[in-house]
Amino acid sequence: MAGQSDPHLTLFSAEEIEFVAEDEMVEIVPNMRMDSLNLICGDYGPFYPQIATEVPLWLAIALKKRGKCAIRPPEWMSVEKLTQTLEAERESQGSFQILPFHYVEMSKLLFDHARDDVPDMYLVRSLIEDIRDVRFHKVETSLESIDTRTSAVKIKDLSAMEVNIVRPFVGRALQAIYKHGNPELVPDQERMTNVQSQGHDHGQRRPLRRR
Amino acid sequence: MASSLGGASVSQTDDFETFTPTTDVEPLKRAWRNEKAAPEILPFEASLVGRIKEQIQLMEDTIEEYSRSGIDPLIVSLYQMDLDRTQFLLRSYIRIRLQKIEKYMLYILKSDELFRRLSEEEITFTDRCSHDMKKHFDESVLSKLPNNYQDILRQSIISEEDDMVPEPPLDTFVVCKSKEYLEHIQLEDEEERASSRVEEPFEMEANVLHIIRYKPIKSLVESGRIDLL
Repeated sequence: MAGQSDPHLTLFSAEEIEFVAEDEMVEIVPNMRMDSLNLICGDYGPFYPQIATEVPLWLAIALKKRGKCAIRPPEWMSVEKLTQTLEAERESQGSFQILPFHYVEMSKLLFDHARDDVPDMYLVRSLIEDIRDVRFHKVETSLESIDTRTSAVKIKDLSAMEVNIVRPFVGRALQAIYKHGNPELVPDQERMTNVQSQGHDHGQRRPLRRR
Repeated sequence: MASSLGGASVSQTDDFETFTPTTDVEPLKRAWRNEKAAPEILPFEASLVGRIKEQIQLMEDTIEEYSRSGIDPLIVSLYQMDLDRTQFLLRSYIRIRLQKIEKYMLYILKSDELFRRLSEEEITFTDRCSHDMKKHFDESVLSKLPNNYQDILRQSIISEEDDMVPEPPLDTFVVCKSKEYLEHIQLEDEEERASSRVEEPFEMEANVLHIIRYKPIKSLVESGRIDLL
């Protein structure tokens, strides 16, 4: 009610998506000995110096901040892999390359907290930005195919952040298309606009203006 | 959810979970995402929330014990972080439900189906909240209006039905994903299909994202076959 934003426009905040991304698994190389951790979200460890082990990203970052481990960037984050991905992304117009669902957030978290563990960080970062741009351009072009007959949109291999960006627009567009294609819903709206519109405004324009 | 047991019922998705012996955090995260994305209130995950609450309690005790017995503060802080993350998820899940209740309480009170989805605490909240709201409206506005306009549910006495009850917008488009291949999803309601163009039954590949109207997939979300995100 009052004071609450429409939950469907900002369904997940950037922080919430980052929170979810922090549960992705990464490999770390500890530099100390520590017993297993029996956490609510799972059991990890035991940890031995120089023996690699898998932990959730938030745990890796917590250990990294205290200088207790090095994080091994995932394979897809190597310069070689990213260069391939970028090329393939540019070549295939119709489809998206397969990247982790949280590739944007994961790479950002690693840049922020483990920059010394990412070889060629500046190159890696700019490759990821390029990939983002190419993908986003593709998203925008594919959205042009939405027309009045569209009742659902299939989006293969889109990442969490990309979904979150297109959600408000696509959701509302489809909803508008659905409403206008549905005769039952129209009288209802006309009644509403009649009640509201005063003066010489055309009732039809009202719903658009309210946004 | 016709098979609900009444009261704070155990939802069907709970049976589903027992097959995958992982932690309870993943199911909670799924419930949280579904609840956030669905336009209407979903069945309360009673047993899941119960289990999570127990684990939170247990972890709180462990942390207290650890910090008293002088265990490495690093380890204590890692346990604390894990606890904080779980608590955040649980609180957020409960808050979204309360927000939906605040918004649609009059509708929920009218609908048996939705009312059965609430936990006991939520029922208490709904009752008190709607009581207070009615009282407030009565005292501040409704009692000062002419007799015909004093109802909280109807615009006036000549309204044939309750026309001032906000309803969850089931026509909202949601982003969703199926765990398995699904076919014969009927995108349009019966009466619409008769009037409009011929629509092929919709099919959904596993793990492919779709943006789709909530209503046609509503039952699949409730049975746990489709996840929202």
